Amino acid sequence: MAPKKRRKNQQQLDNHFGLAHTEIEMQLSGNSTVLDGVSPTLLDLRRGDAAILDRIDLPGDDARRLMELGFLPGARVTAGLSAPGGDPRVFQVDGSEIALRRETARRLKVRKEGGKPRKS
Amino acid sequence: MSQCGDCPGCGPTALAEIPAAPGLVSAVAVIGPPNSGKTTLFNRLTGLRQKVANFPGVTVEQHTGMAELPDGRELQLIDLPGVYSLNPRSEDEQIARAVLTGERTGVAKPEAVLLVLDSTNLNRHLMLAAPILALGLPTLLVLNMADDLRNRHGKVDTEKLAAEIGAPVALVSARSGEGMEAIWDFLAGAMLKPAPKQLPILQDVPQCREWAGKVGAEARYRAPVPPAWTRRLDAMFLHPVAGPIIFLLVVVGVIRTIFEAAAPLNAGIDWLFQVSGNWIATTFPPSILRDLVADGIWKGVGSVIVFLPQVLLLFLFIGILEDSGYLARAALIADRTMARVGLQGKSFIPLLSAYGCAVPAILATRTIENKRDRIATILIAPFMTCSARLPVYALLIAAFIPSRPLLWRLFTTQDAALLGLYVLGFLAAFLTAWALKSSVLKSGRTPFLLEMPAYRLPTLSSLGLRLLDRSKVFLRRAGTVILLVMVVLWVAQHLPLEHGHAPAMEHSVAGMAGHALEPLIKPLGMNWKIGIGLITSLAARETIIATLGEIYGMDKKTQRAGLEAALRRDLSIGGAFALLVFFAFAMQCFSTIAVVRRETGGWKWPILQFTYMGALAYAGAFVAYRLF
Repeated sequence: MAPKKRRKNQQQLDNHFGLAHTEIEMQLSGNSTVLDGVSPTLLDLRRGDAAILDRIDLPGDDARRLMELGFLPGARVTAGLSAPGGDPRVFQVDGSEIALRRETARRLKVRKEGGKPRKS
Repeated sequence: MSQCGDCPGCGPTALAEIPAAPGLVSAVAVIGPPNSGKTTLFNRLTGLRQKVANFPGVTVEQHTGMAELPDGRELQLIDLPGVYSLNPRSEDEQIARAVLTGERTGVAKPEAVLLVLDSTNLNRHLMLAAPILALGLPTLLVLNMADDLRNRHGKVDTEKLAAEIGAPVALVSARSGEGMEAIWDFLAGAMLKPAPKQLPILQDVPQCREWAGKVGAEARYRAPVPPAWTRRLDAMFLHPVAGPIIFLLVVVGVIRTIFEAAAPLNAGIDWLFQVSGNWIATTFPPSILRDLVADGIWKGVGSVIVFLPQVLLLFLFIGILEDSGYLARAALIADRTMARVGLQGKSFIPLLSAYGCAVPAILATRTIENKRDRIATILIAPFMTCSARLPVYALLIAAFIPSRPLLWRLFTTQDAALLGLYVLGFLAAFLTAWALKSSVLKSGRTPFLLEMPAYRLPTLSSLGLRLLDRSKVFLRRAGTVILLVMVVLWVAQHLPLEHGHAPAMEHSVAGMAGHALEPLIKPLGMNWKIGIGLITSLAARETIIATLGEIYGMDKKTQRAGLEAALRRDLSIGGAFALLVFFAFAMQCFSTIAVVRRETGGWKWPILQFTYMGALAYAGAFVAYRLF
C-alpha cells in the first residue's frame, strides 16, 4: 500500500476515535450469550481485506485483552499474512500487527467500511 | 491528586529546594508495554551494574540496576515486566502494579516512574499513560525509537504532549543513545508530580483509547509509515512454503554452530585447565590439599567450564532470535502444533526459553492467565533440552559417535544425534502435555494473542549483556554447587582411610554408593562409576561431567587419558545411548524442583513431576540400551 494512503487511513482512525466515539456501541457477549452466525467475522476477511470491527463475542476479560491491543469496536482491521495453513492469522489494527487463532477471529464481528454500527 | 504541582507560584521551586536525603538511594521504576524497547533503555541507563534476581531470561523476574547521576548520586532502577495495562489479571500486571503502589514487600517503593512507550505506535501505547499518571508519582514519558519514527516520516511535538499530560516528555532512541540527556536531567532534577489536564475512566478501555487518540492529536502526532523491511521479511518468513523451511534451517543451523564453532574454544579452555593443573601439581609440595585441588577440584570443575562456549553460543542465538523479532514469527508458525496438544501459543515462549534454562521458563509462565495451562506448561518445561544438558550431550556424542557426513559436510552424524536428542525432549514434552490436557488439566481455551513486533537489528551491547549475565550464572554454578559437590565427592572417595591412605576407589564411601546403585542401573548398561555420576547429577545435570572428570582424574589408569577416551573404556555404545536418553528425560536439577514448588504453591506437583520424569528416563534408557 502506498505510504500516503496508509497515513490517510490512520488519520481516519484517529478522527474516528477522537470525534465519533459516542456513536459506537460496545457489545460484549458477557451480557448476551446469543451467537448469530449471520454477521461476517474477521475469519471472512481474506489477505489484504479491511473491515470495521463491530463487536467482540467473548467474555469480558478476554474482550478487554483484545481491546487493549487495539481491537476496539469501530477500529479498522486489515487481514495480513498467516502461519502455514491459515491459522493463526496476523491482523493489522491500530498501528500494530496482532496474531489471532481462527477460534478467536470467529468471535470478532465486523461490518463493511462505511457501514453503520449494528444495533442490538 | 497533585497537591502542589498545579500551583504555578510555589510548586516547582519549593519542590526543587528539598534536598535529597544523603545516603538514601531512591528507586525509580521503568515500565512500558512489551516491545517498547524498555529493556534496551534499562541496559543503557544501568550498563553493567545490574542485578538479576537469581536468573536472567525474559523480564519476568525483577531486574534492578544502579544508575549513576552526573552529580555522583546513585539511583536504583527497577525494570518492571512489560504490560499493556495495570489491570491486575496476569501475574505480570499484578507485580507491576504492586511495585508501583509500594505494596510489594522487599522492593523499595519507587519515587518516580520512567514510562517507556514506542513512539512509532504512540496512540495505542499512550493508553498505558492514563493508569500510570493516575498513580500521581513523578513521571517522565520516554518516547523510544525516535530514529525509527524519523526514518519512517512520523513526528510528534513533545512540548505540546508534555503540556497535555502534565508531565515532561523525552524523545529518545535507547538503541543509539540519542536524546538520553533528557532522561538524565529528569533523574537528577526535581521530580514533579504530574498534572494531566484530564484522565479517562481507567476501567473503560474504549474511553482510554479515545483519550490517548485525543492527546496524540493535540501533540500533532503523525504516525510513521509501516516498516517496509518488516513487510518484506514477513513475506519471506511467513511464506507458506519458505517460512517453515527457514524455520527448520534456523533450528538446524543453531545446533550445528553450537557443535562445530565451539569446538576450538572448548579445546582452548581445556588446554588452560591442563596447563594450570599441571603447574599446581608440580609447584606445590605433595599434600592432601594439593591432591584435592589438582586432581579433584581442577579436573572436576574444569571439565564443566570447558563447555562455557557452547552455552554462550546457545544464549547468543536465543538473544538474536528474541531481539530481532523472529521469535514471535516462530511462535506463530509453531502455534498449530501447540494447539494440537491443547496448549496455547503463549506457552511457546516459556518453552523456547526452557531451551536455555527451565527456571526462567517456569517464571515466564506467569504471563499465562489460565491456571491449568500454566501448570501444564510448568510440568513439561524441564523436558526441553536446557543448556545444562548440552555439555553432557556434547561430551557423550563426541566420545561415542564418529563424525560422518550425512548431507555433505553441512550436516554430520554428530549433528543428527544432537538434533535427535532435542527432538526427543520436545516429543516427551508434547506427549505429556497432550496427556495432561486431555485428562487432569483439561480447560477451556483462552484466546491466543501475540503481537508481531517490527524486525530490528539486535544491538551488540544488549547481546553482550545477556552473555555476560549467562557467563556469571554458569561460572557461579561451577564455583558453588559443582565445587561443593566435588569437595564432598573427593572426601567420599578418600574415606574410610586404610592405614592412613585413601582406599581403592571401589572401597571408598563414593565407590560403595556407586556399587549400591549398580544393580539398579546395570540393566541400562551403566556401571558403578556412572552411578556415582548419576547421584551427583541430581544437584545439577552437568555435575556428572565434573564427577567423571574427578573419578578418572584420580584413577592412575585413566589419569593420562582424556575424559572421552576414559569414558569409552567404561561404557558400551548402548550404555552411552541409554545415558543420553536418561539425561533427556530425567529431572536432575534442584533449582527447577525448588522453583516449581514455589510457583505451584506446594510439593504435590514437583514430586509428581520428579517421579514421572524419573520413571520415563529409566524406561527410555532401558529401551535405548536394548536397541543399540
